[in-house]
Amino acid sequence: MDGERASEARSAELAGESPRGGAAGPGGSGSSSLLQADVLDLDEDEDDLEVFSKDASLMDMSSFSPMMPTSPLSMINQIKFEDEPDLKDLFITVDEPESHVTTIETFITYRIVTKTSRGEFDSSEFEVRRRYQDFLWLKGKLEEAYPTLIIPPLPEKFIVKGMVERFNDDFIETRRKALHKFLNRIADHPTLTFNEDFKVFLTAQAWELSSHKKQGPGLLSRMGQTVRAVASSMRGVKNRPEEFMEMNNFIEMFSQKINLIDKISQRIYKEEREYFDEMKEYGPIHILWSASEEDLVDTLKGVASCIDRCCKATEKRMTGLSEALLPVIHEYVLYSEMLMGVMKRRDQIQAELDSKVEALTNKKADAGLLTEEIGKLEDKVECANNALKADWERWKQNMQNDIKSAFTDTAEENIHYYEQRADGFPWNWSNV
Amino acid sequence: MEQADPSSQRSLQPAPLEPLGGPGAVVEASVSEETAGAGREGSGVDMMTENTFWLKKIEISVSEAEKRTGRNAVNMQETYTAYLIETRSVEHTDGQSVLTDSLWRRYSEFELLRNYLLVYYPHVVVPPLPEKRAEFVWHKLSADNMDPDFVERRRIGLENFLLRVASHPILCRDKIFYLFLTQEGNWKETVNETGFQLKADSRLKALNATFRVKNPDKRFTELKHYSDELQSVISHLLRVRARVADRLYGVYKVHGNYGRVFSEWSAIEKEMGDGLQSAGHHMDVYASSIDDILEDEEHYADQLKEYLFYAEALRAVCRKHELMQYDLETAAQDLASKKQQCEELATGTVRTFSLKGMTTKLFGQETAEQREARIKVLEEQINEGEQQLKSKNLEGREFVKNAWADIERFKEQKNQDLKEALISYAIMQISMCKKGIQVWTNAKECFSKM
Repeated sequence: MDGERASEARSAELAGESPRGGAAGPGGSGSSSLLQADVLDLDEDEDDLEVFSKDASLMDMSSFSPMMPTSPLSMINQIKFEDEPDLKDLFITVDEPESHVTTIETFITYRIVTKTSRGEFDSSEFEVRRRYQDFLWLKGKLEEAYPTLIIPPLPEKFIVKGMVERFNDDFIETRRKALHKFLNRIADHPTLTFNEDFKVFLTAQAWELSSHKKQGPGLLSRMGQTVRAVASSMRGVKNRPEEFMEMNNFIEMFSQKINLIDKISQRIYKEEREYFDEMKEYGPIHILWSASEEDLVDTLKGVASCIDRCCKATEKRMTGLSEALLPVIHEYVLYSEMLMGVMKRRDQIQAELDSKVEALTNKKADAGLLTEEIGKLEDKVECANNALKADWERWKQNMQNDIKSAFTDTAEENIHYYEQRADGFPWNWSNV
Repeated sequence: MEQADPSSQRSLQPAPLEPLGGPGAVVEASVSEETAGAGREGSGVDMMTENTFWLKKIEISVSEAEKRTGRNAVNMQETYTAYLIETRSVEHTDGQSVLTDSLWRRYSEFELLRNYLLVYYPHVVVPPLPEKRAEFVWHKLSADNMDPDFVERRRIGLENFLLRVASHPILCRDKIFYLFLTQEGNWKETVNETGFQLKADSRLKALNATFRVKNPDKRFTELKHYSDELQSVISHLLRVRARVADRLYGVYKVHGNYGRVFSEWSAIEKEMGDGLQSAGHHMDVYASSIDDILEDEEHYADQLKEYLFYAEALRAVCRKHELMQYDLETAAQDLASKKQQCEELATGTVRTFSLKGMTTKLFGQETAEQREARIKVLEEQINEGEQQLKSKNLEGREFVKNAWADIERFKEQKNQDLKEALISYAIMQISMCKKGIQVWTNAKECFSKM
């Protein structure tokens, strides 16, 4: 087929390209917010090794079994390793949702268990309870600290469509899994993992966290920032460098497509559920019929049991879909929104520079002061751009891996589904 | 003999997945040399003698359907579909078939034929026609009678009907049936001339008999219950099947959207592009595979529908029995009361109330001559009554015997046909699974290469 021939030509092409980046090791440097560009330049090749577990000691972390190429989909808490498995030194689980009722409100907290071998942590194990608001706070802090890094997305505040009760079990479980993924993505990120607020989030007791939250820029100043940001982001778009134009185009297209895929996948799930509901009624009719047909009892019962088997297989397929495919696609829908925010922030930083440059050209204020400011801003822009570029490459690679394995698993699940159904046709049909 | 000749059972489906009545389905309408009292019921039925049409194997097929317009009874324009019926005789020696007759008929003529057969062969489980309007439809199928798929399925159903009649040991000999296949013009007039409509039992009479009959043959009562159950369970099954088909269609078709989106997405992806593109192609294949699958299932549904309609044919035979039995019981009761009256007149005792008795009381006794005259009349009536009762009894017993023979034949046919249908349905499912495995294996390969 044409597609296949083209892909051969393509891989020949790619092989000729030089691999990206140097061989700098991942992680390990300080937690300062502005990172050296080469530190972020991960060894791209070794990302492929994530599927093979080298270190057996990692296996006892039940929530972190690395994905085998043929792994079954039943592992709920699995996460793709984004860095080399043997260097992972921070393990986080999110579980045990609990309802809390006060006079003012009802809310859910989740237990966060952290195990680590890092020196900067006071202990090797921590257990805290956090609510969704706390996660929101953490995300806000990370965005503030690293405006042009791709911060992992949080699950939505609440899903309006189809929600009967805000806290039904499915919703809580889906959210729990997404929060688990959120923290682990941060832990795997070479920069974010060393963020101080992150550490506080994982380790502080409730009252400690409250007091910690109160530090830092107040609400008003943050609001001021937002207003300035909106105003200047418009200007930043005009002078956007070529590579970021490309990035922006990609993000727009990607966002469109991933949203469609999200809708399609949700729809498939819904159709399968309805199919399952009808099938449940279908089988028993044959049993009923066999009661009035002496000579057809075996045949009718046989058909009924096939239909029954099909039902079970369908149910399993639905579960597989909701565990392997839907959460992944949905996370990337949220990621795509996140990315647009990152682009805006980058544009905003550039806009600040541009406006100062314009002011200088128009001789609006003291040239000396402006030049100094411009110098600082130029550095800022360059760092922001480099940070984004590097993180972008990392994000794209992860995205490809995640999408690829989500769909491969889905295909695998579908194969099993049909194999199980075909299996359900037993017997000696020769017994006719 | 009228017993089902095993060799006259033709297979409706030469292979499991072929639709009903594949082209040139062969019927061996075997004939024995004895006429053996076929079609005892009703006089004036033209029966075939052996030395004609049926000695050779014949092939009947409804090979085409055509849309036509014409004027109906009230001289208004109407559109209808006409079906081409071709009859071939097959020479024994070399197996070649020769087209002997070919004519066009519309659905209403089939109905006329069937109604005729119902009247003249009430002891036979008369094969049903395919449905007049599409029922148990799932959303993709249209309920429109002019829809080509519906017309095609009806064509097959009509062919099946003719084959069933032609292979029935009794019905195949009917002259009107023969003329249906051979005489295009004037056939309707010929049928109507038999006056069969007049001979038909009124529905009201039949209903009355059903309620009032005292001693029907238990087997027929059981058969009635069976046919009710059969109808109810097959209806339910067909309804749910239609819903299941609808859902399955949805699942498959939504996957088709992946194809389009993957294709668009592949345009912006360097490494993933090819994998996405080719995976998308497989999603399209998957989505379109459901059309054939559901078309095959529709044939299965038609097989079940035939037996759904057969249930009504069974009930018709039961009704006839009840009618005859009721008739018999009424005649017997009538006779008994006349005998009693006669006895009372003769002995002078009045045990039963009668108008005569009343008037006698009021207006005085009647004379001896008058009484003698009345006794004579009654005795004549009693005689007549006894003759009638005798012949009704004989008729009734004959009916039960013949009807039950045909019912046994029907049961065998039903068991075989339904078993085959169910098994072929299961095989259809397996084939669907195999296709599914194929497509997803291909898709998986594409995904894993991304």
